[in-house]
Parts: sequence; C-alpha cells; structure tokens
Amino acid sequence: MKTIILKSASSYLLPVLLLFSIFILLRGHYLPGGGFVGGLVAAIAFVLDAFSNGLDKTKSVLKIHPGFLMPLGLLVAFFSGISPILFTDMPLMTGLWAENPIPVIGSVGSALFFDLGVYLVVIGASLTIIFTISESV
Amino acid sequence: MLGAVLLGFLFSLFLVFAGTYFRGKLAVVSSIIPISLFIYFLSFIPEISSGEVVYETYKWIPSFGVNLSFTLDGLALLFTLMITGVGSLVFLYTSAYLKNHKYLDRFYGYLSLFMAAMLGLVLSDNLMSMFIFWELTSISSFYLIGFNNDKADSRKSALTALGITGIGGLLLLGGAVLLGDVAGTYRISEMLSMRDVITDSPHYLLILLLIFGAAFTKSAQFPFHFWLPGAMKAPTPVSTYLHSATMVKAGVYLLFRMTPVLNGAEIWHSILIIVGAVTMLYSAIHIIFRTDLKGILAYSTISALGILVFLIGIGTQAALVAAAVFIVVHALYKASLFLITGIIDHETGTRDVTQLSGLRKVLLPVAIAGFIAALISGGVPPTLGFVGKDLIYEATLHFRDGALLLTILAIITKILLFYGGFVAGVKPFMGKLPNQFENLHLPSPLMWVPPLIMTLAGIVFGLFPGLIESAFIKPIAMTQAIGFEDFHLKLWHGFNTVLGLSAVTIATGIILYVILKPKHSYETAITKLDSIAPKNLILNLSDGFALFSRYWTNFFQTGYLRHYISIVVFLLILLLGYLIFSDFSLTIDYSSLTELTIYEISILLMLLLGVLYTVFTKSRLAAVAALGVVGLSFSLLFLFYSAPDLAMTQFSVDTLTVILFVLVLYKLPKYLNLSDNRLRIKHGVLSVSFGLLITLMILTVLNEPKNTEISEFYAENAYKLAHGKNIVNVILVDFRGIDTMIEISVLIVAALGVFGLLKLRLKTRDKK
Repeated sequence: MKTIILKSASSYLLPVLLLFSIFILLRGHYLPGGGFVGGLVAAIAFVLDAFSNGLDKTKSVLKIHPGFLMPLGLLVAFFSGISPILFTDMPLMTGLWAENPIPVIGSVGSALFFDLGVYLVVIGASLTIIFTISESV
Repeated sequence: MLGAVLLGFLFSLFLVFAGTYFRGKLAVVSSIIPISLFIYFLSFIPEISSGEVVYETYKWIPSFGVNLSFTLDGLALLFTLMITGVGSLVFLYTSAYLKNHKYLDRFYGYLSLFMAAMLGLVLSDNLMSMFIFWELTSISSFYLIGFNNDKADSRKSALTALGITGIGGLLLLGGAVLLGDVAGTYRISEMLSMRDVITDSPHYLLILLLIFGAAFTKSAQFPFHFWLPGAMKAPTPVSTYLHSATMVKAGVYLLFRMTPVLNGAEIWHSILIIVGAVTMLYSAIHIIFRTDLKGILAYSTISALGILVFLIGIGTQAALVAAAVFIVVHALYKASLFLITGIIDHETGTRDVTQLSGLRKVLLPVAIAGFIAALISGGVPPTLGFVGKDLIYEATLHFRDGALLLTILAIITKILLFYGGFVAGVKPFMGKLPNQFENLHLPSPLMWVPPLIMTLAGIVFGLFPGLIESAFIKPIAMTQAIGFEDFHLKLWHGFNTVLGLSAVTIATGIILYVILKPKHSYETAITKLDSIAPKNLILNLSDGFALFSRYWTNFFQTGYLRHYISIVVFLLILLLGYLIFSDFSLTIDYSSLTELTIYEISILLMLLLGVLYTVFTKSRLAAVAALGVVGLSFSLLFLFYSAPDLAMTQFSVDTLTVILFVLVLYKLPKYLNLSDNRLRIKHGVLSVSFGLLITLMILTVLNEPKNTEISEFYAENAYKLAHGKNIVNVILVDFRGIDTMIEISVLIVAALGVFGLLKLRLKTRDKK
C-alpha cells in the first residue's frame, strides 16, 4: 500500500509505538500490560512499517531476522527462571529483587527479565509468522 | 563393574573421533578391550564358585526406582565370559576378515557398543536398566545386520530384525512395569523372595505372556524365528557373535533369570515346552532343505535356541544344568562353525555347500577345526557336546509326565543337528578338490586360530567338565533351580539308558549324513511352501497394517483446514452434547443478574451485525474486516467486565489477525463462487449448535458453587510475595511462570512450523 500519508506517519509511528510497547512491558507488574501485550504492540509497529515502506525496508531496520529473537527471549526467560538456583539457594522461579529501584524503570527483579523474555519471544514469533506468510503470497 | 560395562560404550564413542586410525593395521589393537574384560571377569571365578554373589549399585534415577544395580552370579558369569570370550576371538577375526574395509572402524564401534549393551543386559539386576540394555542390543544389531547398507536386502533384513526385536522390547517394558508394580521393586534379587506374591497375583498370566513375548522374539522362537535367517545378511563375524553366540541368547537369559521368580504355575512349563519343542523340531527339519552354509547354521541356531527354551520349560534342576551346559556347548561349536564358514566364504567366494568339497587339502587347520566342531555339535565323546547331550536326555527322561514323548522329540532334533553340524563342518572339506579351488591359500592366522581355540576348548571341557562345573554350572543350579541337590558333571556315566540313546543318536546321525546330500531341488521344493510360512504371514500383516494406516490417514488428513475444524467441532458437539443432555438441569437465577445497560446492548448489536455481515458478504476482505469488528467488540466487553489485561491482549491479537488475513487474502480474487447451499447449511448447523452448547456449558458452570480460595490466595499474596499489584501479570511471570515458559516455547514451535512449511514450499517452487 503506497500512500504518502501512511508512509510519512509510519516513520514517526514506529519509534513511538516501540516506546509505547516498552512502556506497556514495564508497567505490567502494577497495571494492565506486560510482556505479552507489549510484544504484540511492538510486532504491530513493525508490521505497520512493513505495510507502508515495504518488507525489505523493515527488515533492514530490524538488522537481524526476527526469528533470532525467539531463542534469545527464551534464553532470557529461562535464565531469569533459574537465576535463584544460580545465585542463591532458593528453588526455581523464586523472585529476586534489586534492593534500590532504578529511576524511570522502577524496581528491577527477575520477574521483569522473565517478562522481557516473553516480550522478545512474542515479537519474534509473530513477526516470523507474518513475514513468512507475506513473503510467500 | 560399572567400568566394565561402560568400557565398550566409551570405546565406541572414542572411535567416532579416532576412527581413521583404526581402519588399517591398528584395527587388531581394539581386541584389547574384550580380552581385558574377559580376564577381568575370569578373576571373579573363585568368588562365584564358592557360592558368593557380587552386587554393585549406582544411583541413576532413584526417584523411579531405576538404578544401575549389577549382580554377578553364576548365570551372569557364564554369559559375561561368553560375551567377552567369543567377543575377543571375533574382534581378532574381524581385523583379518574385513581387512582394509573402509568402514572397519565403524564396524568395531558397533561391535563394542553391542558388547557393552550385552554385558549391561546380563549384569543388570534392575529390570528397567535391563530393558534399556536390551533395546541397545537390538539397535546395535540393526546397524550390524545393515552394515552393507548399499544392499537393499541387507537393509530390509535389518529392518525386519529391528521390528521383531523391537516389539519384543516393548513387551519386555510392559512386563517389567507390571512385575515391578506387583512386586513393589524393580530389583530381580528382591523379587526372589516374593515368588508367591507374584505367582498369586491376578496379573501373573499377563506378566508371563509379556515376558515370553520378549524372550521369544529376541531368541527367535517360532513363529518369530524368521528374522534370524534374514539377519545372516550381516558380515560373518556379526552372525557369529550376535546371531548365534550371544544376542539371540538374551531371551534365553531372560527366561533363565526369571525362572526363580516366575516359575511355578503349570502354564509356565507348558508354554515354554510347547514353543521350545515346536521351534527346535521345525527349524531342525529346515536344515535338510538348505544349501547355503549360513542358512544351515541359522536354522540349527534357531533349533538350539528351541532346545534351550524347551529345557528351561522343563525347569527341573537337571534340565537347567543341561541348559547351562548346552549354552556353553552351543557357543563353542556354533561360533566356530560360523567363523569357518566365514573363512570358506572369504577364500572361495561361495557358501553353497553343494559346490564345496575337498578343501582340507588347502585349508587343513580350518578342516581340523571344522571336524572337531562337528563332533561337538553331534555330541560325540570325548567332547563337551557329549556331556551336554547326555544331560539333555537325562532331563527329559526324568520329567514327571510325557517323558517318552519329550525324549523322542529331543532325539530327533539332536539327530538333525548332528547332520547339520557335519554338513557345515565336515562336508566342505571332504572329497575331491575342484580345480578352481586349487590355488587357495591359508588365510591369516587371525582367522583360523579363533575357531581352533574354541573347538579345542570344547574337547578340554569335555575331558575335564569339572572346570566349568565349579566356575558357573553349580552356582547357576544353586541360584536358579528350586531346591538344590549336589551333582557332578561327568564324561562317562557307565552303561545306562542315556548312553544307549546317545549311541542311537550318533549312529542315526552318521547314516543320515551318508545318505542325505544337500540338494538345490530340496530348497526349491520348500520355497513353494513360503506363502504359508510365518514369515510371510507376519510380513503380510505388517503390509496390511501399513495399507490400513494409509487409508486412515488419507481419510482424515485431507489437507483442508475446514475439514479438520469440522471434524473437531463435530466430535466436540457429540461429546459435550452427550455429557450435557445425559445429566442436565439448568436453573438460572434471574434475580442475581444485573440489568443490561445501553452500552452492553449496543456492543451486542455490533457483535451480531459483525457476525451476520461476515457470513453474508461477498467479499473476502469485508468478511475479514467484519471478523475484526467481532473481535474488537469482545475486547470492549472484557473492558466492561473489568478485565483490562484481557481486553488489551484481545485487541492486539485481533489487530494482528486481521493484518495476517489481509496479507493472505489481499492478492486473491474475489469470491468466484460461493460454496453450495447444502455445505453452507451443514456448516451453519454445526456452528450454531456448537455455540449453543458452549453457552449451555457456561451457564451450567455458573450454577456450580464458586471456589474462590485460589483467587483469594493470589489476591492476598501477589504483592506480599511477588511485589506486583497486577495479579494477572504476577500469575503469568511468577506464580505460574513455568506455564508461561512452556507457552512461549509452544509459540516458538508454531512460528518455526509456519516458517519451515512455507519456506520449504518456496524452495521447491523456485526449483521449477
């Protein structure tokens, strides 16, 4: 779809939507949001960009194939899950929290990294599916 | 002992990396492994012969009661010595037999893998670890039979053997689980004291049948015997080692091992005696019709395995002693005959017994080994074969009923085995040497010394049976037989019935050998009966099963998503409908419902309109957009009922779905024609009834008393334990984080599936 309005809008929308998705990811622990929705929003941002600027352009923005985000996310989630075993003597999936909150982000704990893993996997999986399908039709 | 078992595995692993060095002259070095193991196990003889049993346990999966427990008693010692002893000779022999073969290292890898698995199998005290080693022997046998993997019939035989022994493995697993369940332990040594509990259990018959199935498939008993002649496609060292001396005796070993645990009911004896007798006679008769040396040896091996099963079925101490001695006898002469056949094949290029004669002139030491092997096989004094044969007659003569019949069966089998042994071990060396064989030379001593060693051992043990008696025969009788009476193995028993029967056997055997000559016409005659042979029946059965599954798959796997969905929904309707209408009472408490607000009504209207538009529109894109409307209305509904998380997710998912649909459908033409009315009505009925059922189900669920304990726990502890105020998120990333972990893995699998399927199709299209 080559429309000038969409094209010019999307160049602003992509960073804004990505920021928004991170915002949703971060607020998830206290308010509606989280890794899953955040990931979906980020995926939508890239798909919108692909719609207006073409798939190849979006791919070059992404630099790597979105598929690689899947194992990366899984690793992040996995390590946040086993971090209590690695660093302390507590069982699997015990929440670990940093003592002092970091400005802007807030309290940082293993749960955040777990959610980050989910976020990455969701982006990777949905973009892989959509890109593959749109390439093959 | 763990080290002894693992050594073979480690060596085969080592060959994966260092294999290239073991292809050439160094190949013979690998024989160090079995030889050192043989010496290691020899060192246990004093301990075992004084009646001790060595136990070793290593924890493996203790929570399931699966441990690497090893027992070394008389029975295990007999088998370990056989495995490592024959193994040593076969390792030496192979280095000359397959000299400079380009995959020689691979061959040694499989062989030592097999040796390790077989050692593990006979040493295991735990049924579960025994099962694992059992399967490993089947797998290594598969690779060895199919070693010449460029030949189609090698591959087919390997697959048949794997199929039959694989079924047996499954049966063993079933038997082991049931037995472990009844006895409360997987350790065989602990089951010994629970014989009454096991034989009285209602599962006894089933356990028996499962164990029998495992043993009969592995030890090639009728009607599962046919994989063994097929397995002769393997190189001769493999036939020697796996398919005559060791692996095929695993089934016999299992029965032997289980005798003190399961032996008790009449059915144990009758099944084993009948199957053993049928097998030994059936395949002994087959010997007459074969002209291929390996074919003759294969059938005589099956027959010998039949004798062993038959003896274990008789189950008296005399029979068990006879079986133990016969295992040694058979290993000695059959392995030698196989090795000799290998030499003949290697030198002359044929195994057709009708074409071979006079080879003694060129292969004298081999001829000597062949002659002695035939004597052992025929039970001629002073070989150990004579001792073994006498023990067998002794056992059948003193069985409580049917002694006469059993003895006659044993004698007939023995006569035919005598004939088979002489055809394979003597006939190729007698008579006139054909011209084309005149230039033959004796091969490397690595090839002809091993059979000579084994046959000489057969004479030494025959003259001094006390050697094997104290080492393992007596310990076996002590642990496996019920009620032990002292005995002594002797070559000379004095003039009695058994000696008479022996004389009859040998005399008839010689007459048979002189009159009956192997002929091709016999072989062609018997192939006419192939269509009713168990081999064909079972192979047809498996073909039929493959055909059935092809029809079954074609019927359900049409490749149309709509068929899959229709079938799934239809079955769900049937199941849910039955459930709901068989026990249905619905009461709706109207007073507890809140009034509908104007917002809710308008959203419901939107939903309805969206659905109707989707169904009736003539444009795909419009239908997709309308579906989007339905989805978005739902997320609004979620929002009204205070589930913002759900609403957000639904909103994003719906957006993505619509985009996906548009991507796929954008380039398709408009609806060219609608599906016909009958199909539409069918689908309509299906979807409406499904919707109705789900509604009913939800209403029924609302009637159930609410259990709020779980949600209260989460509400209370979300902040306390997980520092989160959004309970949904806390559940996802903390309380039930492992679920989420698995869910994202599923997501990845789905994405990879789409990627793989579509990319694969793209590539084939590119090629065109």
